[in-house]
Amino acid sequence: MSVFFLYTAIGLTVIIAIPAYRVVKGPTIFDRLVGTNAIATKTIVLILLIGYLYGRVDMFIDITLAYAVLGFIGSLAIAKYFAIKEKNDE
Amino acid sequence: MNDWQIIGSVVFIIAGLFFLLIGSVGLVRLPDFYSRTHAVSKSDTLGLLLVIMGLTIYEGWNLNTAKFFLISVFIALANPIGAHALARAANLRGIKPLLKDSEREKS
Repeated sequence: MSVFFLYTAIGLTVIIAIPAYRVVKGPTIFDRLVGTNAIATKTIVLILLIGYLYGRVDMFIDITLAYAVLGFIGSLAIAKYFAIKEKNDE
Repeated sequence: MNDWQIIGSVVFIIAGLFFLLIGSVGLVRLPDFYSRTHAVSKSDTLGLLLVIMGLTIYEGWNLNTAKFFLISVFIALANPIGAHALARAANLRGIKPLLKDSEREKS
């Protein structure tokens, strides 16, 4: 079962590397933000699988929870910033 | 550990990876910003919930099961809210959606 988790983590790394194309080559800044949001979402699963590889899931679940909360707060703060800045410009 | 437990967890994790792959490919392939948020929010949430459900089946009844449940509830709330906030900010900034008769831009 550990071999299955290893190959799943490798495949998930390839899946995470795909939205980096949209981050580098987005037409607008919101495309880049959506790309970083997708990468942060998929990293949650990668951290859980790494926890199973090391055999210490009870520690890595707490790291995952903190990472999910931080990514969500960051994405929401950037979205609020862009929404407010336009309102002040006009 | 039961055999059916391992089989169910493998099936759920592979299904979740399939949906995560669909979300990534849709983020690269779709032509418009709003359709990209559509791909990211829905497919990624479903894939994440499927993978966490597979890990829960593998774990059994434990303290970790409650933490997995907490993570899945938070993801199911937070991921569509984040995508919606980004789409709302883009709409306030004046990014037009790609309609039927508007010209397709190269991206």
